[in-house]
Amino acid sequence: MTDQAATTALGRPQRSLWGDVIRQFLKHKGGVAGLVIFLFIVFAVVFGPYIHTIDPQYLDIRNKNLGPTWEHPMGTDNLGRDGLAQVLSGGRVSLAVGIAAMALSLLLGTLIGILAGFFRKLDGPLMRTTDLFLALPILPLLLVIILLFRDTLRSAFGPETGIFLLIVFVIGITSWMNTARIVRGEVLAVKEREFVLAARSIGTGSLKTIGRHIFPNVLSPVMVSATLGIANAIITESALSFLGLGFPSDFPTWGRLLYDGANFMTLNPARVIWPGLAISLTVLSVNYIGDGVRDALDPRIRGR
Amino acid sequence: MTKHDQVLVKADNVKVHFPIHKGIFRKQVGSVKAVDGLTFEIRKGETLGLVGESGCGKSTAGRAMLRLYELTEGQLDFEGVDIASLDPHALRDMRPRMQMIFQDPQACLNPRMTVGSIIAEPLDEHTNMSTAEKREKVKTLLDAVGMNRDYVNRYPHEFSGGQRQRIGIARALALDPDFIVCDEPIAALDVSIQAQVVNLLQDIQERMGLTYLFISHDLSMVRHIADRVAVMYLGKIVELAEKRDLYKTPKHPYTQALLSAVPVPDPDIEAKREHIVLKGDVPSPANPPKGCNFCTRCPIAIDKCRTEEPELRELKTGQFVACHLAE
Repeated sequence: MTDQAATTALGRPQRSLWGDVIRQFLKHKGGVAGLVIFLFIVFAVVFGPYIHTIDPQYLDIRNKNLGPTWEHPMGTDNLGRDGLAQVLSGGRVSLAVGIAAMALSLLLGTLIGILAGFFRKLDGPLMRTTDLFLALPILPLLLVIILLFRDTLRSAFGPETGIFLLIVFVIGITSWMNTARIVRGEVLAVKEREFVLAARSIGTGSLKTIGRHIFPNVLSPVMVSATLGIANAIITESALSFLGLGFPSDFPTWGRLLYDGANFMTLNPARVIWPGLAISLTVLSVNYIGDGVRDALDPRIRGR
Repeated sequence: MTKHDQVLVKADNVKVHFPIHKGIFRKQVGSVKAVDGLTFEIRKGETLGLVGESGCGKSTAGRAMLRLYELTEGQLDFEGVDIASLDPHALRDMRPRMQMIFQDPQACLNPRMTVGSIIAEPLDEHTNMSTAEKREKVKTLLDAVGMNRDYVNRYPHEFSGGQRQRIGIARALALDPDFIVCDEPIAALDVSIQAQVVNLLQDIQERMGLTYLFISHDLSMVRHIADRVAVMYLGKIVELAEKRDLYKTPKHPYTQALLSAVPVPDPDIEAKREHIVLKGDVPSPANPPKGCNFCTRCPIAIDKCRTEEPELRELKTGQFVACHLAE
């Protein structure tokens, strides 16, 4: 038995965690479907404007409030702007804001959660800071931040980049708290498991223990937060735009298109349906991707 | 025993107290005296059994031996180096020489790592081997613990408890240690698997000249594997003797009670045998009784036991007892 095993083992390389994760993810039907849709949206948004070349800002008053035509597949709005062009260029901004803000809030939340859970001395200060952020009234805070920094950032980076950075930053730092709390709780539980003690008895340093043992075991809640985070960021950005605090009013984002279209819903429902569909599809596909990644990361679920 | 006369590990008055904080200001109001003054030696190549009931501080003592807990007091000599006062860097360099096998095979392996990377972790930390060398080493280790070499790519949840314990043993062996603390390595296993694991441990000991501190509450298993046995009660050693002496002529009333609780596999003897049944519960280690720790439950306690703490004294060669009345 040993001889046979030895010969079969010779050819096989050591499997790595990430190789297994990718293999398992590709078996998760929902995850793959989500990934395909998400990639489709991303490609459409990035390369679409080169194919559908109408300027989203171009006013064609004579063709206002059109239904779908060959020239304007998603119709036009009350000023005659092309719907598809607006959805495509709005998607660039919304997706960029959603992903960047999610990444920032995830990074902050995971970092703070892991530090607070792992190092007992940091627990008190960091979690009280988290509570402080949770207790802040978000909307007034956003108003103040944006009023204070909008003009300086605009002059420093240009109107669009400036406001983009500001919005990503504002959404990022106001949405990391839940992730931090969840991650801290998980870390506290994982830290007491014997394999962490085993790592200490081997002489593994704190940082390596976190990287090798703690972080992979708290990835599931992080993945869930991440997928919900993108949806949240897109919606918060819409709310900000609606309040007139986000991007300039002639600058389309999915949220802004939705709110602008809301007034014309009875006259021209397509104006609400298309951006709404884009937001929902993105959120849904990201959720499925998250689901697939989470399952793929858990070796106990893997292979089922 | 002549082959074991060099001392490898020497504990001198080792204490591990965990502080209790209470109130708004988290003031320290007391401490749990989990390990309260252990003094013993472990000689090279021998197996010292450490027995006692649940909560008496066995596991804490074992972990303190590797300084996984900071000692409150006392010294811990490992071949002349005092581990208790080493700085973290020097301690890390000592780590390869002392390893641990854990109680719960379910919890002691990271579920997200393959067996190969679990066993290779000590090699990653302490050697500069290339990936191919590590893989070779991991495979020889799997051979050494009697497992299929092909298992390197599997995950811990695919194995049974006994197999996982073997993986834990392979990890402990990876750096060729001198001293291994076995923290109840068989407590979570089936009886049939217990024998396999214990025999494996003995096998490896013979082959690699290891020294064990074998922690267990299973007296018959300790009798099988240990050379000398220490009995703990409430953070202290009450009796320490060669295996033969301890099982034949236990001197401390607690040891006597423990041994009388081991069933005899003969119904006739078992029916007639007298059991010493201890009354009451183990006192809280946060608030141990005055005098002898065992005086609250001791069947033969006298007034002196309630006021004066007995020292561990050598009754006859190699048999140490902490009791005023033992002769």
